[in-house]
Amino acid sequence: MSAPAAAIRPGDALRREWHRFTPQERIGRWLVWLAIVASLVWAVRTVEIIPEFLADAPQQMADLLVRMWPPDLAHYYPSVHDALIETLHIATLGTVFSFALAVPLALMAARNICRIPALNALAQLLLVASRSVNSLVWALIFVAVFGPGAAAGTFAIAFRSVGFVGKLLAEALEETAPGPVEALRATGAPWGSVMLKGVWPQVQPAFWGIALFRWDINVRESAVLGLVGAGGIGVVLDDAINFFQWDRVATVLLAILAVVIIAEILVTRIRARLI
Amino acid sequence: MSLSATQATPRGLVLRGLSKEYVPGKPVLRGIDLAIAPEGMTAIIGPSGTGKSTLIRCINRLVEPTAGEVLLHGEDIARLRGGALRAARRRIGMVFQEYNLVERLTVMENVLSGRLGYVPLWRAWLRRYPEEDIARAFELLDAVGLPEHATRRADALSGGQRQRVGIARALMQRPDLLLADEPTSSLDPKTAVEVMELLARLTGEAGVPVIVNIHNVDLARRFAQRIIGMSGGAVVFDGPPEALEPEHLRQIYGGEDWL
Repeated sequence: MSAPAAAIRPGDALRREWHRFTPQERIGRWLVWLAIVASLVWAVRTVEIIPEFLADAPQQMADLLVRMWPPDLAHYYPSVHDALIETLHIATLGTVFSFALAVPLALMAARNICRIPALNALAQLLLVASRSVNSLVWALIFVAVFGPGAAAGTFAIAFRSVGFVGKLLAEALEETAPGPVEALRATGAPWGSVMLKGVWPQVQPAFWGIALFRWDINVRESAVLGLVGAGGIGVVLDDAINFFQWDRVATVLLAILAVVIIAEILVTRIRARLI
Repeated sequence: MSLSATQATPRGLVLRGLSKEYVPGKPVLRGIDLAIAPEGMTAIIGPSGTGKSTLIRCINRLVEPTAGEVLLHGEDIARLRGGALRAARRRIGMVFQEYNLVERLTVMENVLSGRLGYVPLWRAWLRRYPEEDIARAFELLDAVGLPEHATRRADALSGGQRQRVGIARALMQRPDLLLADEPTSSLDPKTAVEVMELLARLTGEAGVPVIVNIHNVDLARRFAQRIIGMSGGAVVFDGPPEALEPEHLRQIYGGEDWL
């Protein structure tokens, strides 16, 4: 008995056991789950659902749908149609304008391109500031500046998009391979040429991908800007809701749905060709 | 055989007291003194991390030397800034281990990008390179054996083909000096020999001196006229391939079991 006990020490079998997590890690994971559940419960209690309203919600919903049917399709042309075209103009111009602002900021934010940490931080701050304000809030601000209309909507779209576009572009820039850039610097190429021939080809697919994606989002966002008077199809929608013309509301919603679907198909097709 | 730094000719490359410390107090290069003749191939051998890449990159200032002089035809590159530094870089071609081609551009554009130091930005943007540059690029593609690949994208090429494009791009500069940083380390043995043959032949025809970092001692012996052995950031051997004995290799790489 004593001989094998000397060869195989007690505890050898235990030492070969394997656990994915240490006891501390397990307690930590359990605490994270507890925090998630607690915050969900807290959130539900804050919302304060009124039971009477919840009870007849299906009835109200059914009533609305009946009032919407059939949609007033005669209303589509010209009023909804023109507003829809205006919405597309707002989205497109806003996207183009946002890129004009976002490209310099992205170059400034990318740490491999701009080597000055203070400028990196400043660009990051501006990009975060742009994103922290919702496009409806931007629209309210620009309606106050430019007065109601499509100009306010275009600026609202542009300023909200800058943060999104700038952040993604900066990330794409930081992911570029340093080798080709080093090789072009070694040829004696000036900064602009290095950017054009070393960096731009590397970020080009990301650039167009971001542009299409943001345009797609902006088409949807610009549809609601009219609610605060910033032009586009939202104005028509707001009017129809205010006058309880639910059949017209249905027409507007169908028109927005159609445009969003067409935009989605277009964007998917173009993206597939880009890469 | 080897010229010492003090009696250097104004032609060619002279390094004087070249030092580099990435971290203060921990030198990677310890005062290198070298004179490279204006022709022929010089191979730098030595273990990984001994400063071979740093040395080569200090010559065209992809790495900033901490101290010392880098004299190309008598001009101290280590002191140059801005446009003057770019003008000096135009005269120094470079070939890289990982080829460093712009993957999404065509072979032709990669070769033409060797002229970016000369061609104004608007011409590069509109791809309106001078006629003579395009003619030369086609000549070089013929010379490196890729005449029919001009319009293919660089990412469609094999490793050996990519390095040939890298060589063509460097020669496109019409350089006075060519630096090659481990040009064969990512290639199979046969392709490595072919690429070295090509590099030696084309630079020999053009009369361009080459400094090549290389891990493969046999390739160094076969193609270089001069071998520099580095260890611990200093030159420990400098002489023709015939003079490189096992004793020197032991000094350069340490140990002897591998010999």
